[in-house]
Amino acid sequence: MTASAGAAGTRPQGFRGMRDRAGTLAASHRSITIIVGWIIVATALPLLMLVPPFSTFQTQSLWIDGFTNAGVFILLALGLNVVVGFAGLLDLGYAAFYAIGAYTYAFAASPTVPWISLHVPFWPMLLVGAAVAAMFGLLLGAPTLRLRGDYLAIVTLGFGEIVPAVFLNADKVTNGTNGIGGVYKPDLFGYQFTLGNPVPYYIAMVAIIAIVMILVYRLQDSRLGRAWMAVREDELAAASNGVNTVTTKLLAFALGASTAGLAGVFTASKLTFVSPDQFSFAVSFTILAMVVLGGMGNVWGVAVGAFLLYTIQSVLLKQLNPFFHTLNVPFLKDIDFVQYQFLLYGLALVLMMLLRPEGLFPSSRRRRELHTEVDEYVGDELGPDPSSSPMEQS
Amino acid sequence: MSAATADPGNGTILRAHRVTKAFGGLVAVKEVDLEIPPTSIVSLIGPNGAGKTTFFNVIAGILDPTSGHVEFRGDRMIARPIRTWFEPVVWVTPSVVAGVISVLVYLATANADATALAVLAAIGLLIVMFLAAIVRPRWYLRLLATAGVFRSSRPNDMVKAGMGRTFQNIRLFANMTALENVQVGMHTKMRANAADALLSTPRARAEEKASQARAREFLGIVGLRGRAGELAKNLPYGDQRRLELARALASEPTLLLLDEPTAGMNPRETAQMTQLIDRLRRDLGISILLIEHDMKVVMGISDRIYVLDHGELISQGSPDAVRADPRVIEAYLGKPAS
Repeated sequence: MTASAGAAGTRPQGFRGMRDRAGTLAASHRSITIIVGWIIVATALPLLMLVPPFSTFQTQSLWIDGFTNAGVFILLALGLNVVVGFAGLLDLGYAAFYAIGAYTYAFAASPTVPWISLHVPFWPMLLVGAAVAAMFGLLLGAPTLRLRGDYLAIVTLGFGEIVPAVFLNADKVTNGTNGIGGVYKPDLFGYQFTLGNPVPYYIAMVAIIAIVMILVYRLQDSRLGRAWMAVREDELAAASNGVNTVTTKLLAFALGASTAGLAGVFTASKLTFVSPDQFSFAVSFTILAMVVLGGMGNVWGVAVGAFLLYTIQSVLLKQLNPFFHTLNVPFLKDIDFVQYQFLLYGLALVLMMLLRPEGLFPSSRRRRELHTEVDEYVGDELGPDPSSSPMEQS
Repeated sequence: MSAATADPGNGTILRAHRVTKAFGGLVAVKEVDLEIPPTSIVSLIGPNGAGKTTFFNVIAGILDPTSGHVEFRGDRMIARPIRTWFEPVVWVTPSVVAGVISVLVYLATANADATALAVLAAIGLLIVMFLAAIVRPRWYLRLLATAGVFRSSRPNDMVKAGMGRTFQNIRLFANMTALENVQVGMHTKMRANAADALLSTPRARAEEKASQARAREFLGIVGLRGRAGELAKNLPYGDQRRLELARALASEPTLLLLDEPTAGMNPRETAQMTQLIDRLRRDLGISILLIEHDMKVVMGISDRIYVLDHGELISQGSPDAVRADPRVIEAYLGKPAS
């Protein structure tokens, strides 16, 4: 403890002061910080992909397309973070809301839907998809309110299995396994998005993520965010202080699910196709892994976690095969790394739980929860003597 | 502070009427009557396991009583649930009506679309009623009341009605700061909803800022000024007790339930806490119901004392009367050998 304090003390005063000032500025103008941050990240990433080694993996256009897909998972992780990270409700069936969002758009904007033929524009459908997913979030949340921990996880797992199963089996409505194809792509003021050009999707995705992130931060710092925290810490104490735990938890489920609805609408329009097998348990699990790896409760951390996991899974693992093949490494060249994706997830999670249980970029709060001994030590050292804090006398 | 006073017509803040709570065969609280006049300190004492905390939990809306009821500020808030079997009927009725209509529509017009619409309406109504039963909005409670169904208020309803409480084993939000703990206590006094938060309306921002200032005031009242930024779990024990009190005060209660507020404190801290409780009553006009083992505290500040033993009220009255009551002495010290 003293060692790290010493190290911090030797840092140049000017640098620390600047960092602190930047920190306060970012805290007081959070929305602007997020927008500026995303503009910088969104312009820097594609440029970076023109430079080796990244440029050797795949073309810039493919990278941008990959980043857009990663953006879908960032959205999903941001939403699941509200449920799991803020309110502490373990949800193993989160992909269900993703599916609901995707099918909502597919029903409203595809000529191949068996029972109806509509073409509702993409942008309003983003909101509709979010609203429908939120409604199902309420419906899932309602029966689980009395459940906690393992039991809640099992019920949500069940819901996550039911939804794709319904889409699979209601083939008069959803075309079953064949899915719904020919979903209309978005257009904006007459500009038509196309499969060949990933840039418009990319820009739209970044904009949606930035907006969602601003909203999530606002929620976190609000009366509702505090109520979520209180419910996570001690439900009975929260109720005994006037927090309506029922509506608080329902709102967590609904608002968390709405983000998945957005992601679903976006995916459906981008792939122009939805089918039940896109929303398997593996998706729920991947999102949860992203949230845990990134750092539960920390909005930026979760976003980075989702980005890293998705990029590793969809780009790096695929690159490993040709890489080892060209080097002609014995044994390794015969392994299909994509096949071992979940083995690698598992390994990563196990290592994470052992070495850094709070995630890569933990929220300060989670870190405190998981490293209590250290904190209590600091408290003993720095806290004033209990008897020396005078009561106010009247 | 704007702690509301009781209605002038009915002075009593809280009236428990023959409250009984049984867990299976074990009767934890048996037909207890209790009254709390305005701005008074009433103590509930008794040996360990006498049912004091169970009684507290009934009053606070955490447990439903087996029989009897509790009136808080003139409203009957807590009682044994009545006709709860009828509640599912209330949920289903609107859907059944819609279902019958859909059948009639089909028989009359043979129009499949109209029927489908009516069926969808039936399903929609079922979902709405189901959600209403869980969230319990005001119109739903009125509907239940007309159907003769009664359900006790939940803990958060009691807080909203003006009751604050602390716990025997401190239950702070350990990983939140002292300030945030108190702000959670102000939950019922704040108006900002999810939409306000999402849009970051000026109203919500102003309220948030005001709530921080107000929370600091409450910390000041209990003597925790300057510790607002500390995590609750890092505070020393005595300060944690005081923080819990500040959190309970933050809902601006008319009645404060304190469950052993001086447990585990040294004599000096106990004296300070006693003084503080007395001041709350005098300066803020709050009524206090106290569970306490420390007789010095109880005898010093109580206006009236109730004594529980094995769930039964064995004595009540002024401190002096209770102290002299042979049944109380017997409960605490046992029967003299004869």
